[in-house]
Amino acid sequence: MTLKKIMIGTASCVALTAGAASATDMTIVSWGGAYSASQQAAYHDPYMEANPDVNIINDESSAEAVAKLRAMNEAGNITWDVVDVVASDAIRLCDEGLALEIDADTQLAPAPDGTSASEDFGDLLVSDCFIPQIVYSTTFGYRTDMVGDTPPTTVCDVFDTETYPGKRSLEKRPINNLEWALLCDGVAKEDVYDVLETEEGQAQAFAKLDTIKDDVIWWSAGAETPQLLADGEVVMGSTYNGRLFALIEEQKQPVAMLWDAQVFDLDGWIIPAGLPEDRQQAALDYIYFATDTQRLADQAKYISYGPARASSAPLVGQHAELGIDMAPHMPTDPENAKNTFLYNYEWWADYRDDLDAKFQAWLAQ
Amino acid sequence: MTSATDDATGPVLAADGTPLKRSLNRALRRQKLRALMLVAPLLLFILITFILPIGDMLFRSVENQIVSETLPRTVVALEDWDETTGELPDEAVFAAFHEDMVIAADQKLHTRLGSRLNYEVSGMSSLFRKTGRRVDRMDTDQPFRDQFIDVDKDWGDVETWSAIKLFSPEYTPGYFLNSVDRTLTPDGIEKRPEDQRIYVSLFWRTMVLSFTITFSCLLLGYPVAFLLSNLPLRSSNLLMILVLLPFWTSLLVRTSAWKVLLQDQGVINNTLVAIGILSDDGRLALINNATGTIIAMTHILLPFMILPLFSVMKTIPPSYVRAAKSLGATDWTAFWRVYFPQTVPGIGAGAILVFILAIGYYITPELVGGTSGIFISNRIAYHISSSLNWGLAAALGSTLLALVLVLYWLYDKIVGIDNVKLG
Amino acid sequence: MALPSYASTGQRIWYYGFRTICALIFLFLIGPILIIIPLSFNAQDFFTFTPEMLRLDPAGYSLKHYEDFFTNPDWQRPLRNSFMIAPMATLLSVGFGTLAAIGLSQSHVPFRGAIMAILISPMIVPLIISAAGMFFFYSRIGLQGTYWGVVLAHAALGIPFVIITVTATLVGFDKSLTRAAANLGAGPVRTFFKVQMPLILPGVISGGLFAFITSFDEVVVVLFVGSAGQKTLPWQMFTGLREQISPTILAVATILVAISVLLLTTLELLRRRSERLRGMSPG
Repeated sequence: MTLKKIMIGTASCVALTAGAASATDMTIVSWGGAYSASQQAAYHDPYMEANPDVNIINDESSAEAVAKLRAMNEAGNITWDVVDVVASDAIRLCDEGLALEIDADTQLAPAPDGTSASEDFGDLLVSDCFIPQIVYSTTFGYRTDMVGDTPPTTVCDVFDTETYPGKRSLEKRPINNLEWALLCDGVAKEDVYDVLETEEGQAQAFAKLDTIKDDVIWWSAGAETPQLLADGEVVMGSTYNGRLFALIEEQKQPVAMLWDAQVFDLDGWIIPAGLPEDRQQAALDYIYFATDTQRLADQAKYISYGPARASSAPLVGQHAELGIDMAPHMPTDPENAKNTFLYNYEWWADYRDDLDAKFQAWLAQ
Repeated sequence: MTSATDDATGPVLAADGTPLKRSLNRALRRQKLRALMLVAPLLLFILITFILPIGDMLFRSVENQIVSETLPRTVVALEDWDETTGELPDEAVFAAFHEDMVIAADQKLHTRLGSRLNYEVSGMSSLFRKTGRRVDRMDTDQPFRDQFIDVDKDWGDVETWSAIKLFSPEYTPGYFLNSVDRTLTPDGIEKRPEDQRIYVSLFWRTMVLSFTITFSCLLLGYPVAFLLSNLPLRSSNLLMILVLLPFWTSLLVRTSAWKVLLQDQGVINNTLVAIGILSDDGRLALINNATGTIIAMTHILLPFMILPLFSVMKTIPPSYVRAAKSLGATDWTAFWRVYFPQTVPGIGAGAILVFILAIGYYITPELVGGTSGIFISNRIAYHISSSLNWGLAAALGSTLLALVLVLYWLYDKIVGIDNVKLG
Repeated sequence: MALPSYASTGQRIWYYGFRTICALIFLFLIGPILIIIPLSFNAQDFFTFTPEMLRLDPAGYSLKHYEDFFTNPDWQRPLRNSFMIAPMATLLSVGFGTLAAIGLSQSHVPFRGAIMAILISPMIVPLIISAAGMFFFYSRIGLQGTYWGVVLAHAALGIPFVIITVTATLVGFDKSLTRAAANLGAGPVRTFFKVQMPLILPGVISGGLFAFITSFDEVVVVLFVGSAGQKTLPWQMFTGLREQISPTILAVATILVAISVLLLTTLELLRRRSERLRGMSPG
């Protein structure tokens, strides 16, 4: 093995791999796991079929999207074309001028019956930059074999370590956790944000979380809770409802949903501001394609999230592989949505910095 | 050479007729130049790809242009305001502020400024966001002061204005103060509220955990190094493979292995339950806490302790211990009084190396450390990618860097950089 | 340190006790690496030994996780990226590093200590700090999220290893050889390639291997400096470990262990060759 051989080997290896990327790459950022897989099947594959010269690259960086977009903006070099973010991140990106403003009626497809896109999406257009894609909810799943004969029925059972001993997994951020803590500490649903605005209210929420702090495993990626549940590492845990659906219906794990006090949230697309004209046009073209009524309904075949367009709802059918009806697994199904909690975007946009800092300090103590 | 030039008959000449001294000097200069020319490309490369980035981080830890860039007029107008009077700034300041805010809101800069000021005074972020939404609709003919107070009563608070004034300079010690749980106030440096103090204890925890890991490495590494250096070459070479294989195995492979082993339902717990040492409910919590971090990192860093210990022990002549014994020392005395002191340099080298490596670890604590087993590095990563408080991340990084450089300097004093050996 | 025949009982106990302790420590060192190998052949998606596996029932074992690794683009793309980034970074480190090591080993180098400290620093500075600095700086100059950004960052991290190994071989280098070559009429370039190069080659190659493995294993810096297009194998493993531990990770881990064994053997052979070569050189 001489150096010469190594160098020749290296050079040919580089040459080989460099030659492979000839089509136009489009980097689409999303969350990974089952969610990205559903987007691949419902949006990316059909789009690439219709546009053979486009090669979609998946990036699973949505959790760090705001940081990375800010870094790219600073350099004036945006490497992402379309980014899947939750509504609150979209608001933040829009506020900071990091996302492109979209005119729903001219840049998005109307419904098949001619209803304009802005009407079809309705209230879900929470920011000028945000193109809603799904309605999902953050809710709890529990191990049916680890809760004895009395399965948990309300979200407050999460705080009941007497009846349900064992670890629970919660998201490593204040959003949702503080609301649940207050709800289970006797605060009425409609007062939650008023209480949370005060120092005392925040202290009350943290005090409630303190009661289970030693029993919590904190997650930061949506796939962690399903994994922890499957391994039996936790008895119950919060995550996105679609992840639990995959765990229960596809992987047949002994897990059940606790829909109580599920928090509705939106997820959708933004296009980074400052893209070169051709790439921006390509991104807009993709968005137009991927957010029309049929595509949004198609995604529900692969994952149990509700499509964001009103016109897509009747088109939601059966799971692509399992053949089961998807409607009863949607967070918006009346049976599941008996007790839901509305997440206040505006409020969290205002208070996020404050409460993030306090939450992190609380975690570290 | 000196004797040659001292020769009374005049300078010795080289073949080409120039004095030998000058010729030698020139040769030396050329040699130096050639050496530098060979080093220069790499030096330049490292400067650009590595040293400048580190410098940029140091710069970010004090950089604070955002206030004066976003609110240029306000910052100038506030210069004349004396906050000690306890009175609000005058209308001119409010007018300047209105003008700045209209532009900032138009260019979408005000929320970022709010986030920046929120690091120092909580509530600023929501204040700026709220104000940005309404500043467009303000009546330019009416006094601005009342209109701002109307948007949020915090604008009628002297503290809000003194905070803006305090953080208007282009460079600030604010981030460094935050990194040690302090904050800059008009009255000087103060401790942060108790529920927001985390960094001093986190630095402390990083040190304690790193020290524990170093100590466990020493405890496990010393006997192994001793055995290896006293075995015949053939068997020690064979056993050395057991040390070198983990050393060469990917960090993530080893971390995955520990994740598999340490979980509640993992191999260790299952085995202990199966053979009846533990009850099913009494499974050990070995992961997602400090225990997990210590176990996994001791394993990962152990070779870095064994290798320097081994190379020092290898040089100790066995005759010393034999001499001690023949003079009547017991096995223990011979070891403790004669052998052990000679291994101290190896202990020093290994311990500092392991400590330096441990203190900056990120991946392993992130994966097995939960919340109680994480290091300062994990906070730095959090501030870069999640909270976006890059200034604080830079300040924490700079503090950690200073700590490591001190240790590095110690290492250099004890071992010498040139003596670093690999494999 | 064989036990002499006259050893007392206490000495015997100590002798065997000490060896047992050492055996346990060796088990601690190597056990975790070995345990993932059988687990990677698990027919189930679990991380523990299933009853079938313990009974050595062939039905408990399968190659499906290996199959997943070799067919799933989620793993193949990172593998390809790793093989695009690491060789290029190695090439840069070895090229610049060898040149500089030769310069540094000359007898009169001004500021040798300071230069050495700067060149070694990427190895000493904690990765998270390097990563943070590079993230900030590469963002400013537009290298963040690009192939070359990652390559440059990895090359910088690999350079100390090349410097250390190559200077180590040069320390034992007999200067009279180059002088002899010059005396016999060879130019500096010819002398380098015909005399110096063959002798320091083992050091260069082992430095290169270190640089390669540094880049190939590195995850912290690429996590911050790279983006999806540069996702490497360790990055994919990190994501997998943090989010969804699929046993495919264990299959990848097993393959990486095999690669490590290969590298280790190569290095050992190189070391022996280098010793032999130098043993032959006069002086």
